[in-house]
Amino acid sequence: MFYREAGDFSTTYAEDQQTFPIKFDRYRYYLVLFIAIVVVPFVVNDYWVNSLLLPFLIYAIAAIGLNILVGYCGQVSLGTGGFMAVGAYSCYKFMTGVDIWWGGELLFRLPEFNIFFSVIMGGVMTALVGVLFGLPSLRIKGFYLAVATLAAQFFLVWLFNRVSWFYNYSASGQINAPERDLMGILITGPSTEPWAAYLFCLFFTIVCAVIARNLTRGASGRKWMAIRDMDIAAEIIGVNPLKAKLTAFAVSSFFVGISGALFFSVYLGAVEVGEAFGITKSFLVLFMIIIGGLGSIFGSFAGAAFLVLLPVALKVVGVDWLGWPTDIVAHLQLVIVGGLIVIFLIAEPHGIAQLWRVAKEKLRLWPFPH
Amino acid sequence: MSDSYVTADGRTIGPVVMEMKNITLRFGGVEAIKDISFDIREGEIRAIIGPNGAGKSSMLNVISGFYVPQDGEVWYKGSRRPAMKPYQVAQQGIARTFQNIALFEGMSVLDNVMTGRLTHMKTGLFSQALWKGKAEAEEVANREVAEKIIDFLEIQAIRKTPVSRLPYGLKKRVELARALAAEPSILLLDEPMAGMNVEEKEDMSRFILDVNDEFGTTIALIEHDMGVVMDLSDRVVVMDYGKKIGDGTPSEVRNNQAVIDAYLGVAHD
Repeated sequence: MFYREAGDFSTTYAEDQQTFPIKFDRYRYYLVLFIAIVVVPFVVNDYWVNSLLLPFLIYAIAAIGLNILVGYCGQVSLGTGGFMAVGAYSCYKFMTGVDIWWGGELLFRLPEFNIFFSVIMGGVMTALVGVLFGLPSLRIKGFYLAVATLAAQFFLVWLFNRVSWFYNYSASGQINAPERDLMGILITGPSTEPWAAYLFCLFFTIVCAVIARNLTRGASGRKWMAIRDMDIAAEIIGVNPLKAKLTAFAVSSFFVGISGALFFSVYLGAVEVGEAFGITKSFLVLFMIIIGGLGSIFGSFAGAAFLVLLPVALKVVGVDWLGWPTDIVAHLQLVIVGGLIVIFLIAEPHGIAQLWRVAKEKLRLWPFPH
Repeated sequence: MSDSYVTADGRTIGPVVMEMKNITLRFGGVEAIKDISFDIREGEIRAIIGPNGAGKSSMLNVISGFYVPQDGEVWYKGSRRPAMKPYQVAQQGIARTFQNIALFEGMSVLDNVMTGRLTHMKTGLFSQALWKGKAEAEEVANREVAEKIIDFLEIQAIRKTPVSRLPYGLKKRVELARALAAEPSILLLDEPMAGMNVEEKEDMSRFILDVNDEFGTTIALIEHDMGVVMDLSDRVVVMDYGKKIGDGTPSEVRNNQAVIDAYLGVAHD
């Protein structure tokens, strides 16, 4: 009753294959876009942007990336943190001008890239690294692949800690995002306006989500899902498994790299690799897609929103309303997240996305049960 | 051998499209296939039969590139086929179904059938990411073919149903649809009627005959139901313990003493 598709006919295949074939969904999507682009930037303040919107948008990109690999292609990865670090450090190097040394002498230095292209280069470099670490996926599957990507996680963090070239030989071993602007508007650095940072991230999130959706509903997505569901049958119908898996690794890592670049440059501003991109980050993004829903773009958003909102909501309820000590609330948060993951895995392995689907199904028939 | 001939029911059988020459396949010390040669002609329905463990499925796996035989040659469309990966064989126009259904359970029927079109879809990753334009046009063009197959196999009503929800008989049909969607020149069916009741078998037989008739697809099938095999096929290869013991039209095979012995047993005295 609330949710109707009666009288909503697709008359061409193109219409049937669009992202939101149901009119109601389509209009709701346009409405959300409109609010996000036109309304939100005028009403947000620093608190909203930095504690809710930026982490949500950035984690959503990472979750979409990981979801392509794990949810669509069925290749488990625990290296998300490491790949985000690749995005962050590549972005940093391109922002500050890549210097190439040979035999102790500076060979040449690339010009400093605009922040926009630095972020994209972060994605591109991560895609290359992702393909490299995706190579074992042809031979190993499941848990063993997860362990291999875990090795990537630890190796990459070690690399960015040890090789001082990556942090431009700074004494602290940190990387700090210098002030950079896009067409005169500051995007990075401490004096950035909240709305500018928000819109910058929003742009990348929307573009990444649209690309991910386009890929997953087309031929590439079917190849990935075929590999996920039954790799032998996929090969017999003409899918080159090596190519399909490596494409998934490349696309997934591209998104994860973009999110790492944004996480460093726009959100945190200064990063110490072990702290910002450690193994906990890998698990956090993995939890997002498990709770949100494997194999669903909407699920990536839902999972990111859930895990970003949960600590904030708990803090508001626990500290501000009930007056509990901060550390108790922080511990409670760990307990709740852990418990929720167990509950989700048992009760709804397809996550929030599936709950949403079921809710739509019910709303369609309401008030009748069938 | 004459190049093409017309069968009693008026179908034209073309020249040889695939020829297996002295194929031998070993797994360690076990010889699954021993020096077998036979050919498949264009437009015919070719059955491979034999008791359990005769090596029929292994033979099909050799054709579809799963197994590489230790000896022998596979000739396809007039040239010798080098050792190939299964996906390369598929790209050459050989599609197959499995004895145990091998559908993609997490996808809808339509998506499963569309995976059959993957060998025909060539747009790159970047146009796919854009969607509008080339990728969408290709998607629509291939959807039309897929819909034609869905229509043909009468599975329109379950188009958007996830495969995991379907009953066994329909899954078999969807698998046939996926193989057909590739518009193969040779279609390999591994026990298409296993585990079906009489009605479902009749349906499936009708589909196989229709496919052969309407699309002119060459079909090689493995089947245990002798009634079905004798009715459907133009020529039959009989295997037993990895050896070929008979080859010919159904009536020839039926009267072949070696075949009768293999199926009914023979007194050892």
